[in-house]
Amino acid sequence: MAKVSAGQLDRRVVVDRLLKYRKNALIVTGLGAPTYDVAAVGDDDRNFYLWGAMGGAAMVGLGLALAQPDKPVLVITGDGEMMMGLGALATIGSRQPSNLTIVIIDNERFGETGGQLGHTALCTDLVAVAKACGLEKAQEITTLEDVECFATRVEQLHGPLFVSIKVGPKIKPKVLPTTDGIELKNRFRRAVSNKSNRTEFALRDDHE
Amino acid sequence: MEKHSDMSTRAWHHEVFKVLHETDIRQVAYVPDAGFDGLLRKCLADPDLSCTMLTTEEEGVALVAGAWLGGDRAVLMMQSSGVGNCLNMLTLIKTCCFPLLSIVTMRGEWKEFNPWQEPMGRNTQAALELSGATVFRVNESQHAAETVAEAAELAFGDSRSAAVLISQSVIGEKKWQK
Repeated sequence: MAKVSAGQLDRRVVVDRLLKYRKNALIVTGLGAPTYDVAAVGDDDRNFYLWGAMGGAAMVGLGLALAQPDKPVLVITGDGEMMMGLGALATIGSRQPSNLTIVIIDNERFGETGGQLGHTALCTDLVAVAKACGLEKAQEITTLEDVECFATRVEQLHGPLFVSIKVGPKIKPKVLPTTDGIELKNRFRRAVSNKSNRTEFALRDDHE
Repeated sequence: MEKHSDMSTRAWHHEVFKVLHETDIRQVAYVPDAGFDGLLRKCLADPDLSCTMLTTEEEGVALVAGAWLGGDRAVLMMQSSGVGNCLNMLTLIKTCCFPLLSIVTMRGEWKEFNPWQEPMGRNTQAALELSGATVFRVNESQHAAETVAEAAELAFGDSRSAAVLISQSVIGEKKWQK
């Protein structure tokens, strides 16, 4: 059973609007184009870019959201990355973290590997899956107006939120943040601990 | 129908639970196993611990990394078969030097009834070591707590992966009833 088509939105514009109202949000990106999209808006110490660990973005977001319950945590990932860790939606549903938002930049294909069609191009409805896993506020977005409206909700901590934003298939120029995982981790923890009241946040920079 | 004997009343469960507290563990990620049922029940009953049930063990690897990004120490508890589900996700731990403390209850070794458990059980330690973990073995229950404490010190002190494999001889033979 084939669905009718992918969205038309420009993914770079979508992510730019999504981060327009960012104040305190901590961001985790799934590997591939979502990492480049977020880096294109502007690098930030509070961005943790995954360059691997496919299927892990939502769970990294959950661990972070549980550790920092007063801060909004935004996971921005692709449809293929989410499909690889679909069970995470059931796990997140079981915890109901009010500060966690998961955004799927859904181009319905594997952009990194040649644009092969993905499951969401065929029959998988990620919003329905999320709802069935207890993320009751899950929704699909197909217009920029709705992206902007959604962006204002991320910092309200009324989640968990889940949104699948349908974007076009066009490949954008790569904007590459550092691939140094230790540096990404150290700078993220430094940025979080600077604004944390938690005395037990043992800060230490690691080196290879 | 299967049963374990005295699972929830073992002393090492109490002692390891105490070590988790002393180590300032805040989050517990788990796929349940009868072998650590008593320990898990203690964790679930503790309001100071945030416990997350996983659909598959690799989710726990990612969760532990996210917890550390937010300042929380976490522990991953699973059965040996689950280690096989984690391999690619463990590259996250290795590449970024995240601390990962794992407690793994073994199957496929001592008095194993089910031959399907053997391939993963025989390779659990090697798989963990190939992924960069330091592996500790517990063959006698009185050493469980001190071994978990040592592994925790290595994991959180050196920002690396440390796994404690609890032998079936500690857990008890799995009893099968027809």
